[in-house]
Amino acid sequence: MGISRRSALKVMAAATATMVGTALSTHETQAAAVVGPAPDAVGMLYDATRCVGCKACMVACNEANDVTPDTSASDGLWDMPLDLSEHAKNIIKLYRDPGTGAQSFVKRQCMHCLDPACVGACMLGALQKNEKGIVSYNPDYCVGCRYCEMGCPFNVIKFEWSRALPKMVKCELCRHRIAKGQGPACCEVCPVGAVIYGKRSDLLADAHQRLAQNPGRYVPNVYGEHEVGGTQVLYLAHVDFEKLGLPAYSDESVPTRVRTIQGTIYKGFVAPVALYGLLAAMVLRNREKPGSAKAKEGQP
Amino acid sequence: MPLELETTHDPETIGQHLVRCGVSRRKFLELCAALMVAAPFGLALTDKVHAADIARAVAQARRPSVIWLHFQDCTGCTETLLRTSKPDVAELILHVISLDYHETLMAAAGKDAEDALHSAMEQNAGKYVLVVEGSIPRKDQGIYMKLAGKPALQVLDEVSKQAAAIIAIGSCASWGGIPSADPNPTGAVGVDAIIKDKPIVNIPGCPPNPYTLLGTVLQYVTAGTLPELDALKRPKFAYDRDIHDHCPRRAHFDAGRFARSFGDAGHREGWCLFHLGCKGPETHAGCSTRHFNEIPDVWPIGIGAPCFGCTEQPLAFRVPMFQTAKIHEVTPPDTYAPVYTPQGNISPVATGVAGLIGGALVGAGFMASRKLGSADDVKSESKPKQE
Repeated sequence: MGISRRSALKVMAAATATMVGTALSTHETQAAAVVGPAPDAVGMLYDATRCVGCKACMVACNEANDVTPDTSASDGLWDMPLDLSEHAKNIIKLYRDPGTGAQSFVKRQCMHCLDPACVGACMLGALQKNEKGIVSYNPDYCVGCRYCEMGCPFNVIKFEWSRALPKMVKCELCRHRIAKGQGPACCEVCPVGAVIYGKRSDLLADAHQRLAQNPGRYVPNVYGEHEVGGTQVLYLAHVDFEKLGLPAYSDESVPTRVRTIQGTIYKGFVAPVALYGLLAAMVLRNREKPGSAKAKEGQP
Repeated sequence: MPLELETTHDPETIGQHLVRCGVSRRKFLELCAALMVAAPFGLALTDKVHAADIARAVAQARRPSVIWLHFQDCTGCTETLLRTSKPDVAELILHVISLDYHETLMAAAGKDAEDALHSAMEQNAGKYVLVVEGSIPRKDQGIYMKLAGKPALQVLDEVSKQAAAIIAIGSCASWGGIPSADPNPTGAVGVDAIIKDKPIVNIPGCPPNPYTLLGTVLQYVTAGTLPELDALKRPKFAYDRDIHDHCPRRAHFDAGRFARSFGDAGHREGWCLFHLGCKGPETHAGCSTRHFNEIPDVWPIGIGAPCFGCTEQPLAFRVPMFQTAKIHEVTPPDTYAPVYTPQGNISPVATGVAGLIGGALVGAGFMASRKLGSADDVKSESKPKQE
């Protein structure tokens, strides 16, 4: 064994110092991050009671984002995605109640969370929230680890399985169109105004106004106002949101939970130091003294 | 870009000619209205509010001199012009245009016919419209077709020199048609492949809609321009649409209701003919909105026959008739993905059976390992100890 006790202690001390430093610095930045809607956060409001299921938004989305249609389930006949996929950034699904037969359409795409799990999970910053709050993707930084896919509470972001050099695929609220002063393609093409684009604050006010004016028409809350810390895409519906694939999440965002766990473990760096101290103590105690009977045994 | 062309200098206008021949104003208005329906937009002539406006514009124009040449054809394109549901419509068309030479329709034969061609060419040199029907054989110096002792290539060359514009009617004249199908023994080509220095309008179809020809000719005589053309020199007003996108049976396609064989229940119900080889998704023509013979639903798909793709060179007479087409612009169907995809359940019996098998395997493994261990003990015991 070439490592002396002295050098081992030195390395341990250096490592501890580095970790304390990093932990303190990250803790500061996390404390500074404000999780809430940006002042000019944009979003969409989808009203399931207005949607007629024409799917014009799916066609327009493919066209605006250069997405090749999903013909795998239809033998080349139709653009027929069964869920969001690398070939579908936007999909209209149908819920039909097995008992009553009541039905509702639901439009699914990225929810653009105020505090997105995917951005938190992305280790290289390929996913970022931009100044309008749009969760945008930069493929140049992506290594394809798919942590974002695991992290997303709405199962939105998808991996390009069919490509040799895959990227992640998700709705980016047509940010290339917004940069040109247009709205998202789905909102512009919708013939009945079931999905509209605007500032999140305005959309939220609009949604509450609709709820107040037609109390019998809707489930009496706006999905996305508080769920997972709030999303920039808001939903109104006449069927329980859970049945439309929008789970009843708590108001706490996914990254908040992660930050709480990390913050507790590393608070004041007491726990890691204690753990390493304990380990060091155990190692030192069990160290074999050279020349002892035990050390000799087993040697040829 | 529409081309500026000189119109014919026949002293009589179309209006004067119609009055002289005793054609009623009503009949003429009916023709103009039909033209308006056939070319609802994209044609300057029909871009008007009332049929009377078209009638006025057409009546003031001079009758265009038309020389019609037949090459390797079946005369089907001539038939489509004449086989209107009402006989007087065909007659009316022949009043509006001055068809100076047409081998099928003229009474003259032999030398008289040949003289008629030459006099028509001389009288309207540089002003007549040449309509070509049929493909031109080019192989072996064009010996496969002769007219008055001259090969078709030479006839086309002579007549086209003095023409103001050339209209290639039918798929044969546009790009070769049936005679150009494999193995193309005569080396048949369209007019476009031979004549390079004249304005050419291709009106492919087998046969094409006669109103496309009429619209093109009347546009030329009223405004002196040709209609706007696409990359294949087809008038955009008639060929800008995809059959599939405007098909009356499109709803059946979107809903997945297909005829699977001729005469089956779906076919009799008028369902989509895609699986019978309909080439509608790849074919550009106005057929799905402008039917033939002035009768609604008179066109292939309307009578239950799949579209053959007759206007498209890569399809007609090349792709097998019943081979399904490729869909280039894929759109969603009439069905919806469910919110939650139903997944199968594992039955308790299956779980139990799997557990029993797994348990048996683990037990057998444990017993086997015990035997291995005891065998080692036996071996080591039998060996003499080294120390």
